[in-house]
Amino acid sequence: MAAHTKSLTVFVFALVLCVSGVSRITGGAISVALAQIQPQRIVSIIPSTTEMLFAMSAGRRVIGVGNFDRYPPEALTRPKVGGLIDPDVERILSLKPDLVIVYGTQSELRAQLERAKIPMFLYQHAGLSDITSTIRDLGTRVGNPIESAALADRIEAEIEDVRKRVAGRPRPRTLLVFGRDAETLRGIYASGAIGFLHDMLDAAGGMNVFADVKRQSIQTTSELAVARAPDVIVEIGVDTASASGRNLRAWDALPSIPAVRNKRIYQLAGDGMMNPGPRISASVRRVAEVLHPDAFK
Amino acid sequence: MNIARRIAVTWLVFGVAALLVCVAAPLVGSTSIDFWRVFDSSVPFADNTDAQIFFVARLPRVLAGALVGSTLAASGVVLQALLRNPLATPFTLGVSAGAALGAMLALTLDVPSGIAGFSAVPIASFAGSLGAVGIVYGLARARRRGLSTNVLLLAGVTLNSFFSALILFVQFLSDFTQTFRTVRWLMGDLDVSSYAPLLAAAPPIALSFAAFAVLPRRMNLLSVSDESAASRGVDVHRTQRLAFLSASLATGAAVSLGGPIGFIGIVVPHLIRLMVGADHRLVLPASAFGGAAFLVACDTISRTALAPLEVPVGVVTAIIGGPFFLWLLIRNR
Repeated sequence: MAAHTKSLTVFVFALVLCVSGVSRITGGAISVALAQIQPQRIVSIIPSTTEMLFAMSAGRRVIGVGNFDRYPPEALTRPKVGGLIDPDVERILSLKPDLVIVYGTQSELRAQLERAKIPMFLYQHAGLSDITSTIRDLGTRVGNPIESAALADRIEAEIEDVRKRVAGRPRPRTLLVFGRDAETLRGIYASGAIGFLHDMLDAAGGMNVFADVKRQSIQTTSELAVARAPDVIVEIGVDTASASGRNLRAWDALPSIPAVRNKRIYQLAGDGMMNPGPRISASVRRVAEVLHPDAFK
Repeated sequence: MNIARRIAVTWLVFGVAALLVCVAAPLVGSTSIDFWRVFDSSVPFADNTDAQIFFVARLPRVLAGALVGSTLAASGVVLQALLRNPLATPFTLGVSAGAALGAMLALTLDVPSGIAGFSAVPIASFAGSLGAVGIVYGLARARRRGLSTNVLLLAGVTLNSFFSALILFVQFLSDFTQTFRTVRWLMGDLDVSSYAPLLAAAPPIALSFAAFAVLPRRMNLLSVSDESAASRGVDVHRTQRLAFLSASLATGAAVSLGGPIGFIGIVVPHLIRLMVGADHRLVLPASAFGGAAFLVACDTISRTALAPLEVPVGVVTAIIGGPFFLWLLIRNR
């Protein structure tokens, strides 16, 4: 099905190129033809795919977004239709979408949309490389293959640039924290050896202290933090309000951690850091900049 | 053996058992540490990884386990006597649900900083527990001079359900990562990572234990009936009030420290009764020590069973406590 659509899209684009400059009437016919294969009413529930659609110039056709979508600001003007776990199916159906972006684990939503005969784009993320492959597939599906390919190419080039800059440099042992109770060492969650956070750290030239834990995340006790002795601690997903020197000082209780002793703990605030979407290359770069400041001078 | 001697023996045996568990627990963990290096004063503390694991990571955690376990078990004994209901737990009267609601709100609203060096979540959860206690107490006193234990029980159970619904609502409104953190909070966590939370929880718990000290003889009389206790000179209303408020205060402080860790308040008292009988002068101290030992042991399992992953301690107490309690039920038939 996807391959079929892809070839059709390519064909139509070739047609557009051939007839460009021909009369207006023909142009109108072509845009009708485009509308038939380009979904015009897209619903995207997951922040990363919403960002992807806007970044590949398909944002105009996004008519429903997820409750947790914050970026780009334009997305906030669209009706909200629930989240990953609790999509509002009724709301989705009432928007009469001709394409719904569905995450692999949303099996209930999938079944309901199938019954309603609403086309879906299914995807699932694991690592960093899945992000750009999703962008390409999604772009093809929504009829923006050129824009999406350019977007994916740019992201890959930016990540590759970071990889090149940090290549050959010693890789600091890094604890990548993505959640912690403010101003204490309680409820620390860190990236394990699977998933885009781990890949992001790897691309940024860090070595994950939990490279042996084959899980996406691990709850990190103070004992584990001391025992793993990270050279650098990078805290992401901190909201801007909590990112403070006072918040960082909680780590002072564990001075034997090299990162604490050498004051190499960094808070990278902002929701974009946790989002496996088009801003991922910027996130990789931000991590790399704190791990290898010399490489970016 | 006269009662004074039995009390002394109970204190000695259970106290030593709890002490042994608490001394042994910090020696094991997900990492192996060199015990002699821990106390090696020639290495500065800032460089001594073993000492930091022992003193910052493990010792506060074991002490938190002892404090929470002891409090929940003792509160369980007091509430079972007060309500004359063997199924009562420290969480029956809505204290933990109130505490959980407070913690959920603090976690979801992402309150950045606490008051006077204490972080927001324990403060909010303690406040929530006091709120719940206030409501239940107010309702139970509303229609008569003393406390109606029936109203107490019904109000507590209703409040539990009501607060649970509010908790679900708060979770529904919160985002994905927050939901995960709130759910994790409900499973209990003793990794306090410093002594400050212990110092914060200690005063209300100490106050409650001071009240517990005068309760056992009166609870023995109350467990027969209010009338017989009154005829023997017990101020029934005062005792009920003291028992309810002290057990609730202690439970609120314990939950704010370690989360709502289940089964301790019911499994430990029943196990202790099997060993020492029903006399509260023995059951109460033995449960306090037994609860400390039980929770510290469960937390040691939590820290080591799947290391470096942690099994939430509330899951460990439930897996051990649930089947055990069911066995107790059949056994008593």
